[in-house]
Amino acid sequence: MSATVPDDALWRYVLRLGDLSLVLGQRLGEWVGHSPALEEDLGLANIALDLIGQARLLLGYAGQIEGRGRTEDDIAFLRDHGDYLNVTLAEQPNGDFGQTIVRQVLIDAFQLELYTRLTASADARLAEVAAKAVKETRYHWRYSSEWLVRLGDGTEESHARVSAALQRLWPHTAELFAIDAVDAEMAARRIAPSLDEIRTAWSDRINAVLSRAMLVRPVDRPYTWFGKQGRHSEHLGYMLAEMQYLQRSHPGARW
Amino acid sequence: MPAETTAAGAAAPHESQWPLFEVFVRARGGLDHKHAGSLHAADARMAIEHARDLYTRRQEGVSLWVVRSSDITASDPTETDSLFEPARDKVYRHPTFYDIPDEVKTL
Repeated sequence: MSATVPDDALWRYVLRLGDLSLVLGQRLGEWVGHSPALEEDLGLANIALDLIGQARLLLGYAGQIEGRGRTEDDIAFLRDHGDYLNVTLAEQPNGDFGQTIVRQVLIDAFQLELYTRLTASADARLAEVAAKAVKETRYHWRYSSEWLVRLGDGTEESHARVSAALQRLWPHTAELFAIDAVDAEMAARRIAPSLDEIRTAWSDRINAVLSRAMLVRPVDRPYTWFGKQGRHSEHLGYMLAEMQYLQRSHPGARW
Repeated sequence: MPAETTAAGAAAPHESQWPLFEVFVRARGGLDHKHAGSLHAADARMAIEHARDLYTRRQEGVSLWVVRSSDITASDPTETDSLFEPARDKVYRHPTFYDIPDEVKTL
């Protein structure tokens, strides 16, 4: 990724948000046809479509900022995993339904607090996207948090499964709030809210739902990924290989 | 044969399956809720969420009702004759014997 983009920090920031939605949406899409119930199949697919809709707006905007004529599709389907800037939490595999729900809860809470504040962004386009996305995300949170409570406060097995998923995914949450030069610049220009503020709000929200779900908050641990800078876990490459296969094998294919 | 039977019919839901709910959707303010279909859910709250995902994906509504199918009391199909036949030859119950003034458009 060359650094000749006029507003490099904004470009990277918008890509991070867009990639988060795209990668999570693609993961949820993997459930289609495999959900525990037909009703959940549609529920997860609806959320996936909301997320991909957000990704289209954000990646399209990133393409504009970039100014090289790349479309949202070019950006989604023709970038390698090192150019993807989503947090690594989003790319973690679906696992069982419980693990998918835990991942969703952790990200929904983050996106909800973020989009709520982004509606007041100094960047008009981001504020517009956030105003649309925040309504969708409120519903995503409602869906995922209700499921977490049902599973956590459900049977012995469902509790054990979401508990294990929480332990497994928790280390990735550190990255949501890790501040680098891009985040600092976005906050200074009032384009993005401060990640410290979001961490506090996210933490309150997560503590409340974990307590309703009879789950124990894991301790924070150091982590070694930095998806926001293109350093990913091993899972993203496989996911992109499947997602991008068609465009890579038949460039420009349309329907 | 009991005089009344539930809308869910005689077939008991499988033990591991969620109970059946009937969904009613109000298309827009001022209209009645109309029966849209049914779905499975663990409880009423989940049924509302499923109904939102299944029956309002294409902006079909602004309000949802759900009710456990087993809570609906339905008329017995075998009693159709005695319940509904007697109304058939009582055409005078329809207001077709009035002269409707031309000015009345919406009757």
